Amino acid sequence: MSVHPIAVTINGKAEYLEVPAHMTLLQMLRDRLALTGTKNGCEAGECGACTVLLDGQPVNSCLVLAVEVDGRQVVTVEGLAQDGTLSGLQQAFIEHNAVQCGFCTPGMLISSQALLARNPSPDEDAIKEALLGNLCRCTGYGRIIQAIQDVARGGGAS
Amino acid sequence: MSPKYVGQRISRTEDPRLLTGQALFVDDVNIPGMLHAAFLRSDYAHARLNSIDVSAARSRPGVIAVYTAQDMGDAWQHGPPLVIPPPTIQNMVFHTRTQVPLVKDKVRLIGEPLAVVIAESRYIAEDALEDIIADLQPLEAVGDLERALRPGAPLVHEELGSNLAAHFFQEKGNYKSARQQADLVIQKRILIDRGIAAAMENRGIVAHWDPKSQRLTLWDTTQSPIPIRNGLAGMFGLAEHQVRVIAPFVGGGFGPKIMMFYAEEMVLTWATLQIGRPIKWIEDRRENFYATTQERGQVHDAEMALTSDGRILGVRDSFLHDTGAYDPYGLTIPLNTQCHVLGPYDVPNYYAETTVVFTNRMIATPVRGAGRPQGVFVVERLLDLAARKLDMDRVEIRKRNLLPPDVFPYNNQIIDQAFAPLVLDSGNYLPLLEQAATRIGYQPFIREEQPRLRAEGKHVGIGVVMFIETTGVGPYEGARVTVEASGRISVATGVGTQGQGHFTSFAQIVADQLGVNIRDVELVTGDTAEFHWGTGTFASRGAVVAANAIHAAARAVRGKILRLASKVLEAPEEELELADGQVRVADMPEKSISLGKLAVLANPLRGAVQPGTEPGLEATDYFGPQYGATAAGAHAMILEVDPETMMVEIKRYVAVEDCGTVLNPLILDGQVHGGVALGIGNSYYEKLVFDDNGQLLNASLADYLIAAATEVPRIEVGHGYTLSPLNPLGTKGAGEAGTLPVPALFAQALEDALADHRLEVVEMPLSPNRLFELLQAAQESASGR
Ligand code: FES
Ligand code: FES
Repeated sequence: MSVHPIAVTINGKAEYLEVPAHMTLLQMLRDRLALTGTKNGCEAGECGACTVLLDGQPVNSCLVLAVEVDGRQVVTVEGLAQDGTLSGLQQAFIEHNAVQCGFCTPGMLISSQALLARNPSPDEDAIKEALLGNLCRCTGYGRIIQAIQDVARGGGAS
Repeated sequence: MSPKYVGQRISRTEDPRLLTGQALFVDDVNIPGMLHAAFLRSDYAHARLNSIDVSAARSRPGVIAVYTAQDMGDAWQHGPPLVIPPPTIQNMVFHTRTQVPLVKDKVRLIGEPLAVVIAESRYIAEDALEDIIADLQPLEAVGDLERALRPGAPLVHEELGSNLAAHFFQEKGNYKSARQQADLVIQKRILIDRGIAAAMENRGIVAHWDPKSQRLTLWDTTQSPIPIRNGLAGMFGLAEHQVRVIAPFVGGGFGPKIMMFYAEEMVLTWATLQIGRPIKWIEDRRENFYATTQERGQVHDAEMALTSDGRILGVRDSFLHDTGAYDPYGLTIPLNTQCHVLGPYDVPNYYAETTVVFTNRMIATPVRGAGRPQGVFVVERLLDLAARKLDMDRVEIRKRNLLPPDVFPYNNQIIDQAFAPLVLDSGNYLPLLEQAATRIGYQPFIREEQPRLRAEGKHVGIGVVMFIETTGVGPYEGARVTVEASGRISVATGVGTQGQGHFTSFAQIVADQLGVNIRDVELVTGDTAEFHWGTGTFASRGAVVAANAIHAAARAVRGKILRLASKVLEAPEEELELADGQVRVADMPEKSISLGKLAVLANPLRGAVQPGTEPGLEATDYFGPQYGATAAGAHAMILEVDPETMMVEIKRYVAVEDCGTVLNPLILDGQVHGGVALGIGNSYYEKLVFDDNGQLLNASLADYLIAAATEVPRIEVGHGYTLSPLNPLGTKGAGEAGTLPVPALFAQALEDALADHRLEVVEMPLSPNRLFELLQAAQESASGR
């Protein structure tokens, strides 16, 4: 089995790893870097629990190979709070009770973050559209949408 | 003392960990030397296992062990029945057949495990599955409930001579004679099909037998850690103190995670005892469709007898219930169905008959709703069809039949899932119905808006339905509350938590009792090392049973605090108050002591204490209700159907719920939202599709559609507050309520939207395709007439 050296920036930190060709980004994050905040709900691109930012774009990390991220930037849920201060989105998720079991939450946060980066004031339909790839079985989505709207009104995710 | 926290919209204390990726879920557990398991599952629903050859798999590099049923020797045993049938029901037939850890001679359900591979990695384990040669001889599969009972049908358990798992009936009054008085009898065959719970986190287990400490630790995505510990200890000859079961953060439960024992729990525990190394198994999404319990399959022949002015004289409901290949969960689901057919209505005569059927499908155990949505669907559909026949308004026919507020406690004279008579403890139903109708604007909609929209060619419909939910059943839960030397309060309880916000709502109760900041209350749940007694999180009972146990323990600690402080501060107890983490003499704030200091005084290190003194500021207490508390509600919606695509858009959704005292409205409303979202799936998107061979055709989230953000409307929540007299907090459960009425509501609103087609919806779940077929059929029968 071939093993490949890669250099990747994860949450602002340079990492150098040797990864087998078949390893997914999700497995690399969880099993090699102990970044277990990113969740595995299907490993098939169906649930969005594994969403991370790859060069600023949301991707299902279960569908990306670790070798593909060589030389690129990855942001996971662990990289959203800065120096112990929650991001505006994280804060809004608390205030609006947008979390129940929390399993979909990392993916939801990343997808919302990406949405607000490309569209600072999305309407409800745009938010729903952006969350289509992120399934949540607990909340019914309404509170998540409100949290995002709240941040958008306040001027984008901080 | 006025409550500061209970009843307030307090944001959740557990959220920061969940939002930063710092919450431990089972799949996040990683122990040095950990091995990985994969299960070989049957591709057939029904088959004889002639032989199985695992030798090639055993010799694959990286494989540590491969086990079959034979290898387990005497440890191979059927799982214990989890729920026994109620001893209180007469003339009952019940055949207990429980699941096996690995198939020995016959496969009885699709995906049943045949062997397990334990290897250095999951990759190797899964590759090794390919090396196993299982000689399976397929048998005709049992799926259709009616065919299953016909003579000559293939048998799931041959020795029983039929696929009948159970049969029983219950009666209130005399339906037969009531029917003779009736002006109108509505008779329908009603079908409800199977679905899955689809928690976003699949199941998972890490089992670790440490031979040096002689301790077994099991991280498990279970809703009931304490029974799992007790059961495993018994099964494998260990003392209970040698076994620790931890249910850490669990990514959604919704019922199936209460099941015990899953085959994987038995097999992984046995395997780690053999190998002495930690073993992890995480269900993959496809496995979740086969290996995790499911629910809802029932076929009803129901009828309702009424007077010409729309009063119910009686209901008769005879139904088949699909229990799958085994019935470890007893009769909880069909009993719930029987009870919820009675709803919030005055039904003087009722005859309910249930036949439980074995099929070659996954075991049925409760999925959020647990048989109740089926009961609600039956009674609400019958009422709607009666209203149509009588040309009566749908809200009006319900009003005429609601139980009035002065009848409570109201004994419905049949036995419920808790083996106790179905007594509705309290309720005030009419205001709920009126609130839902008013909020949705029922009258203005049917008088003005709907005619206007119809004239524009739009197919819009409105629905209003009601339901009750039996909640908060026994037997009991317990809790221990401790004031620590730091002044912080620790609370331990046996129930697990799967996103219900227990860390916060339970802490609110304690913070109020002890006068501390909620951030100083630390809750531990789901770890058997922390609390020894309890049953689990099911039947919407956390806010009732566990919360009242915590309340009782907190009150006991409060008593201890006051007694000790009274001595220390030399003031009578009545003059003391607890606030800001201090005990102080009212009106003399300088005379005070912090709870932390008091805790230190309560635990002296030297010297003598009075005989009989208990150390510390700590108390353990329990709560077990006499019977369950019954919640109720009314839901209303407006939807629009696109007649080209059959896609449905929900324009408005109103949920009015009465679950007694509300501990935290923020959390409660969230439970309702999630429940409704599941109900929407149950109505129009989610259905397991099996072919004639019992093959599951849509085992992925791409093919089995759970509601996404675009399918769930904004949900407006209203409340009624009829406190339960059965517990000191006055709470009733709320975890499942949101789900119960949705299919019935959806059906009513759809019929209304397509009124010109004379559509009749007597099945769930529907789908755009199925609706199209129903409309075609309605059209054909109309033109044929
Ligand atoms: S785990 Fe990647 S989409 Fe589900
Ligand atoms: S909060 Fe549980 S899946 Fe979204």
